[in-house]
Amino acid sequence: MAERACKNDCMVGEKKMKLELTNAEQWIKLFTSKLDENVSTLNELDTAIGDGDHGTNMERGAKAVKEALDKQTPADLSALFKTTAFAMIQKVGGASGPLYGTAFLDMSKAAKDEADLAKLVQVGADGIKRRGQSDVKMKTMIDVWQPVADDLSAGPLTADQVDQALQSTKGMVATKGRASYLEEKSVGHLDPGSQSSAYLFDSLIEALGEK
Amino acid sequence: MKYGIVIVSHSPKIAEGVKDLISQAAPSLSITYAGGTDEGKIGSSLENIQKAFDDNQGQTILAFYDLGSSKMNLEMFLEMTDKDVHKYDVALVEGAYTAATLAEIDSPLTTIEDSLKKLKIK
Repeated sequence: MAERACKNDCMVGEKKMKLELTNAEQWIKLFTSKLDENVSTLNELDTAIGDGDHGTNMERGAKAVKEALDKQTPADLSALFKTTAFAMIQKVGGASGPLYGTAFLDMSKAAKDEADLAKLVQVGADGIKRRGQSDVKMKTMIDVWQPVADDLSAGPLTADQVDQALQSTKGMVATKGRASYLEEKSVGHLDPGSQSSAYLFDSLIEALGEK
Repeated sequence: MKYGIVIVSHSPKIAEGVKDLISQAAPSLSITYAGGTDEGKIGSSLENIQKAFDDNQGQTILAFYDLGSSKMNLEMFLEMTDKDVHKYDVALVEGAYTAATLAEIDSPLTTIEDSLKKLKIK
């Protein structure tokens, strides 16, 4: 009986971590700052294996997110993620708009009755998989989102774990997205979407004060 | 009007050009398009896509797109709309042209879709 009760809701060694609104606000704010500070890094990574605008696109998204959040303070987690999603969807312009947008929109829906951080990030990762019709090992942002979701469900996330996930994209051959046109030539470059996702989760670690 | 066609492209000029081209084959169809970002640059915009569908007069709308984020924004719109929209993973120009020619003479949807099958490239 005990086993059955545990089936859907707990795993051995699982540590639940509730995401509080104040931390989440700080998380998104730090993310937008990192995007502002790293425009050229993201553009350079994208120039190597894409169309060179990931930094500029994400900066435009970050600006829109900041403006939207300044205009209206979100009442709860769901509202925060929804505002973030809509700003990204409307302003990013490239493929990362609908991808980040879907991740945050799905997290917004889930946050109505779920505050567990690991579960929310998993919902976001699943949203990206659905929108991009992709999965791990295709050299996309999922190669950061999915390992991070797994690490979060096992315990506190560390910057090393995020970096390890990011670095793993370097050796991969891209099979989804613009970089896939380059086939083997995509090997040896970090995936730009994984880099911006690493900024997202580095921001999360900082916001939770676990750096 | 039975059918409408929506064109979604990364480039405002491609979107407009495909509309011009297929309008010749289908002068009476409702053909609308969304090209580029909301600033008219290369990219895609959910807002522009939404407007193209809002402005379309077709009861059944056939949608064609070019690259990845056009597709993703289009799919995002499809998750939100109640309209009867069919999206085709076919070569943009040839697919839209084929569909326009057949839709102009009110061909059944199955006939249109059979012809589009050969043009599936993504």
